[in-house]
Amino acid sequence: MLGNLLTNYEDVAAVILFVIGMGNLLLQSNLVKKIIGLDIMDSAVYLFLASKGYIEGGASPIYVDGIMDASYYINPIPAGLVLTGIVVSVSVSALMMALTICLYREYHTLNLDEIMLKLGKEEM
Amino acid sequence: MSKPNPNYKGSAWDKFTRWAKGTYDPADGKLESTPPKDRLSPGERAERMLREYDQSRFEEGVAKEIGAFQIISRIFFVLMAVFMVVVLLYTVSFLPAFGDPNSPVNNEVSQRYIEQGLEETGAVNIVTGMILDYRAFDTFGESCVLFVAMCCVTILLRADKKNEIRLRVREEHEMLEYEPQEDNILQQAARILVPLIVIFGIYVVLNGHISPGGGFSGGAIIGTGLILHLTAFGVGRTRRFMNERVIKTLTVCALTFYCFAKSYSFYTGANHLESIITTGTPGAILSAGLIVYLNICVGIVVACTMYSFYILFRRGAI
Repeated sequence: MLGNLLTNYEDVAAVILFVIGMGNLLLQSNLVKKIIGLDIMDSAVYLFLASKGYIEGGASPIYVDGIMDASYYINPIPAGLVLTGIVVSVSVSALMMALTICLYREYHTLNLDEIMLKLGKEEM
Repeated sequence: MSKPNPNYKGSAWDKFTRWAKGTYDPADGKLESTPPKDRLSPGERAERMLREYDQSRFEEGVAKEIGAFQIISRIFFVLMAVFMVVVLLYTVSFLPAFGDPNSPVNNEVSQRYIEQGLEETGAVNIVTGMILDYRAFDTFGESCVLFVAMCCVTILLRADKKNEIRLRVREEHEMLEYEPQEDNILQQAARILVPLIVIFGIYVVLNGHISPGGGFSGGAIIGTGLILHLTAFGVGRTRRFMNERVIKTLTVCALTFYCFAKSYSFYTGANHLESIITTGTPGAILSAGLIVYLNICVGIVVACTMYSFYILFRRGAI
């Protein structure tokens, strides 16, 4: 059981990165740091996907010398999935940043606890 | 009592007395970046004091109410994180080894993409052939996601009249204090670098089907070149060729062309049907059917999006 854990060190790194990102997302009260945490989680997922597509000794998926044998190249599908993931994460980060700017204009702070406190005061 | 000197205004002594009174700053307008002025109107001062009062009350509140909750949530999170790491690592230990050719990921799907991709799409780069031919609608969705994100950011950052007034005031303020004023080093560097970066981006876009690269990476490179131009020469000069109308037209035209170009597969491109679009000789620039044109469309969308994200977050408007 532990043997696979040692050979899969890319996956182990991805898991640790994922949890670090989630820690940032949940524990930081600064909204920008929360967004950075989410981006770290995204990177962890890309690392995991890219490591799944690798085949020992495989070439990058670009035809060389007309070799059409599937065992010569690495798996091209995770590359396409990571591309999709990057595009979506860029869009989501930009949207969250814009929402953060809106919140900052309204409450003059980036601290989520402070915003919640002011929100509670408004409702009272 | 002496006569007033007619040349008194503007003389060295006048400047000195005004400097001593604090109404004249000899460095004003001579430094490259003027320091922010610290003279506040009474209204602003009151606002700042109110904010400080709010801050102190907030800190009291944190100490009382949130403090205990935060400690509990931190402990809870550490426990949860340890639990998650253990569960995920336990799962990882059952995954196939890194680089294993027999892992279930490498199944008949990727095998088919590799073995018949060149024949069916004509693209030497298998990933490009995959995302712009077999999965072209997925890529169309991605480009639309970028476009929609750009629209949303535009809407959020300039939603109403109030924001527009705020924007104008801030613009004037920033022009004076933060915008680089004719930074010579940056401009000389940009004059050499911007054309190189943009040409490299175009190269990456056009060679997307025969070498690493493609619309997304090439578009990002072109966007970087535009951002460098904006930083070096200021908004006014970049706006001459990249204003809101140009960006809107380019993006919408690219997306529409992509949509119509890819709709051909409903009629002719599907399996066992005759297609008028040939794959050409693999390795040539004008090969691989529609992939080159689709790559150009994606590149345009990505470049416009990157540039407009930058300028939107910097100034609040394209």
